[in-house]
Amino acid sequence: MFGFIVQRLLATIPVLGMVAVFVFLMLRLTPGDPAAVLAGDNGTPDQIAQIRESLGLNEPLLVQLGIWLGNILQGDFGQSYFFKKDVSELILLRVEPTLALATTTLILTIVVAVPIGVLAAYRHGTWIDRSVMAFSVAGFSVPVFVLGYILIYLFAMEIDLFPVQGYKPISDGFWPFIHRLVLPSITLSVIYIALIARITRASVLEVLGEDYIRTAYAKGLKPNTVLLKHALRNAAVPIVTVIGIGIALLIGGVVVTESVYNIPGLGRLTVDAVLGRDYPTIQAIIIVFSFVYVVINLLIDLSYSLLDPRIRY
Amino acid sequence: MTEGTEHLVDGAASADAASRKATLWEQVVRNPSVMFGGIVLGIMVLIAVCAPFLGTMDPSDIDPAWRNKKPGTERVITADDGTQSTWTYLMGTDTLGRDTYSRVIYGAQVSLAVGLVVAMLSLAIGLVVGLVSGYIRWLDSIVMRVMDGLMAIPGILLAIALVSLADAGLVTVILAITIPEIPRVVRLVRSIVLSIREEPYVEAAISVGTRVPLILIRHVLPNTIAPLIVQGTYICASAILVEAILSFLGVGIPPETPTWGNIMAEGRILFRVFPHNILFPGIFLAITVLAVNMLGDGLRDTLDPRMRKRL
Amino acid sequence: MNWGRTFAKSAAKTALAAAVALPMTLGMTATASAETTLRVVMHSDLKIVDPIWTTAYMSRNYGYMVYDTLFAMDAETNVHPQMVDSYTVSDDKLTYTMTLRDGLKWHDGAPVTSEDCIASIKRWGSKDSMGQKLLEFVSEFKAVDDKTFQIVLNKPYGLVIASLAKPSSNVPFMMPKRVAETPSSEQISDYTGSGPFVFKVDEWKPGDVAVFEKFDDYVPRSEEPSWAAGGKVVKVDRVEWVSIKDHQTAVNALLEGEVDYLESPPTDLLPLFEGNDDITAQILNPLGNQYMFRLNWLHPPFDNVKMRRAALMAINQIDFVQATIGNPEYYKECPAMFICGTSFASDEGTEIVMKSDIAGAKKMLEEAGYDGTPVVVMQSTDVDVLNNLGPVAADKLKQAGFNVDLQAMDWQTLVARRAKKEAPSDGGWNVFMTSWTAADILNPISAAGYNAGCDKAWFGWPCDAKMEELREAFATETDADKQKTLAVEIQKRAMEVVTHAHAGQWYQVPAWRSDKLSGVLGGPFPIFWNIAKSE
Repeated sequence: MFGFIVQRLLATIPVLGMVAVFVFLMLRLTPGDPAAVLAGDNGTPDQIAQIRESLGLNEPLLVQLGIWLGNILQGDFGQSYFFKKDVSELILLRVEPTLALATTTLILTIVVAVPIGVLAAYRHGTWIDRSVMAFSVAGFSVPVFVLGYILIYLFAMEIDLFPVQGYKPISDGFWPFIHRLVLPSITLSVIYIALIARITRASVLEVLGEDYIRTAYAKGLKPNTVLLKHALRNAAVPIVTVIGIGIALLIGGVVVTESVYNIPGLGRLTVDAVLGRDYPTIQAIIIVFSFVYVVINLLIDLSYSLLDPRIRY
Repeated sequence: MTEGTEHLVDGAASADAASRKATLWEQVVRNPSVMFGGIVLGIMVLIAVCAPFLGTMDPSDIDPAWRNKKPGTERVITADDGTQSTWTYLMGTDTLGRDTYSRVIYGAQVSLAVGLVVAMLSLAIGLVVGLVSGYIRWLDSIVMRVMDGLMAIPGILLAIALVSLADAGLVTVILAITIPEIPRVVRLVRSIVLSIREEPYVEAAISVGTRVPLILIRHVLPNTIAPLIVQGTYICASAILVEAILSFLGVGIPPETPTWGNIMAEGRILFRVFPHNILFPGIFLAITVLAVNMLGDGLRDTLDPRMRKRL
Repeated sequence: MNWGRTFAKSAAKTALAAAVALPMTLGMTATASAETTLRVVMHSDLKIVDPIWTTAYMSRNYGYMVYDTLFAMDAETNVHPQMVDSYTVSDDKLTYTMTLRDGLKWHDGAPVTSEDCIASIKRWGSKDSMGQKLLEFVSEFKAVDDKTFQIVLNKPYGLVIASLAKPSSNVPFMMPKRVAETPSSEQISDYTGSGPFVFKVDEWKPGDVAVFEKFDDYVPRSEEPSWAAGGKVVKVDRVEWVSIKDHQTAVNALLEGEVDYLESPPTDLLPLFEGNDDITAQILNPLGNQYMFRLNWLHPPFDNVKMRRAALMAINQIDFVQATIGNPEYYKECPAMFICGTSFASDEGTEIVMKSDIAGAKKMLEEAGYDGTPVVVMQSTDVDVLNNLGPVAADKLKQAGFNVDLQAMDWQTLVARRAKKEAPSDGGWNVFMTSWTAADILNPISAAGYNAGCDKAWFGWPCDAKMEELREAFATETDADKQKTLAVEIQKRAMEVVTHAHAGQWYQVPAWRSDKLSGVLGGPFPIFWNIAKSE
């Protein structure tokens, strides 16, 4: 087990290195010029040339890459072109809202999706099953931002249940914090609920067909016990796998949802940084997100052995 | 956004392929999901192809005096020779006075094309890379490391960054949506190759000296078709949605070319006053994606017996 | 579901830890109820906190919060002393002696001195176009004592006080000497000012919120406030500039009372405020803004004056303002390049942009021998008051017979690309449109568009010796009537050679909670002193 973890950890290094080089080269080839942006809405050509020089944008590409990689290894992502702040500080400021949104979304997803998936499998072929399936297909098909606007319109404007926008840190109290996260979490979770309900249903259905389940019934165990103890446990591996895949989706969804609800998280930072050609920030965000993705998938791999004793490393 | 489900679909084709063949087409056609999805998609394609004949005008024709009109607004047009005719803005107009109906209808062309082209491109590239890397061991580890790297970057982030790479345009957007899809196809194809390589009949073919390309074409390729078709439909649905999201974030196809995504993106700030610019393209988009997804589900059920047993 | 549970738990723990570790700002309102906090959504994020280093309007707005100016312009465009108590001009018009008001202090408590002001003028003068012009005439700055200093000229210059009262970017804000000694090519990192608000840098979360606190030791003038002039009396404890990217969301937030003031809601959304007694939407900047139609002189076809004239014939103002603003209450067709209703306003020579003459443009094109060279029109897609300008310009040019290539891009890309002198096919451009705050373009020296100094000119690089002579004459002229005559000449010349065209005036319509706010003032930039807030 320990050997496996070390091996997996080592394997992430080339992956992240690949990401870093790829991201650097990609962004340096963009046509936008951060110097022109920095000079302001009506800056003059002289001012722009000056700024280019001071940012080191006139150095050869390879030199810039070398300096940048060296700094990253020391944990220094450089300074944002715009905010005169360290990128790492900028990212730290934005972590909390994103983490909060992602966590509530994940909890909501699991709390809703797994039961309805199990229910649909258990009541296979009934109207319950069919409505869960219909919802899961429809949930994939509505763009996140359209859903967001509809929810705001209905539940924040027409019925004044939730705030329209914004974020309050948990340090302001649990209620204001959660109150503002309800609509964004619902918006973001619909697509994952659709996805995970579907997988849960499929996995449980498959397990229910297996011999040992029949044996369990034959032993006279109650259906609920069978369902929860045997079926769900054995269906857990594919479900957890899909949650892991969902992390990539979640990150994409966060970018859109944060824009719609004005949540000052990493997603908003990403869009701002891309539109402003803030290279150091974009690079750092992509690397951070990729790192998170890799780590979570590592954790998921490890969790297999907990969920399914047959899997040993 | 649907690239999750197909990972459970990567089982190899079954042994009873031959007996299945005769009835396969029948099964596919009879499947209600395929029927529904196919018909709706067919209508959409028809709309896209026939756009100029559906009572539309030039979708980029601007007229500031007629901006922000509600659906159903009528306008009397006097031609040069003095004759008058009435034009009805069925779905209203946008902030430049363009006819939303015409834009939505023409938008079908681009949105569908984006979905289709992205699906074809990522399948084609993924198939070639997957086949080759699945069969050539030393290449495999290099290719898979690159794919791991690509996959580690969240798709939307990668697409956003890629679009800002070049001038925003149709080609850029298509490439930006395609690239993040490729690694998944590669993995799918590779896993099929790996599993088939161990099959006795392939080992037999190798032992009698059949050359690798021939083995790939004769034995491996046919086994990839069914899962790839299924995967392709999901990629198509995903691509249509991602295009809309890119437009929403301001890095999509330029607004001169109407797509459902950029009609909505342009209409979104006026959502509360003039919801029609979000509503109509939104409905078309959702229905189309739904149809493609259902087509995919149906195809998976019928083409992939392992899954058929389950659902 | 072990995994799910453990992850959720650890994530919650991390979130909690992060929440405790980070100083939270947004929530301050809840804990300190005795304080009044004005929550404002500005037109964009505060990005750069150095109003001399950049011309961005957000940085200018920031400057007016944190810094003060020696002189200031009022609503009648008259100039008054602000930090200056009194000043004298010698008879030969070469020596300006200024004395600072009593009690002026920096936010760190140190008194404002002559040395501080001299260093600030120098830094601004090395960056700003009007400041550069001023410094050409200055032979020396002399600090007479702590509160008195002199500006000595080498020859008379008509715009000394007007320059120091320049209302918009770059504004000559006064900074402490140690800060003002930062080269103007570098951003400052010490945010001490002497203005009515203190910038809370430790609470600043870029892209989210910028916080200002009332500066208790600020001594306002006793006059009534008017634009940047008069007494800047602060009546709230805190001002928070909250960033909300999405206009729809911002408007909803105002309707729900989550914010108090929107600087620039899109005019198309204003109907949402109609019939709502709690919200006032009103033009606060009576001069408004002017759209600019700019051609690139370096490349065909617009290296030919006839082609440029043909383009002018094709366009008209009404289509631009209608397509972007829509509601006639908030736009104006205005023949005067120096803004209707100001001292240099004139209708002479500008008929050509007031109506679209497609037939004339076609004829002119033919005469000039247009060969179908593609015309690259840049369109920005993410600034809603600019988004629709490109398609309208492209449409008009197309009608006139130009072979138009409309290229959409975000504003940041456009800003980068307009600085490129390469041919349009190599990443350059032919046409773009932008917008100026009227206060920036009230005379031909501060307005960058008229600079026809070839390489030194603003993007588009017009090159016209006669225009430069006229501008030089204007700069050195001290008589108001003669200045006006010269301004009219400059306007006519600008239209003849087509440095640029004025494509219509429009007005921002800020909206605020009138049930809570009182004392909202108008001006060419958003003003947050004098506003009182009740709950």
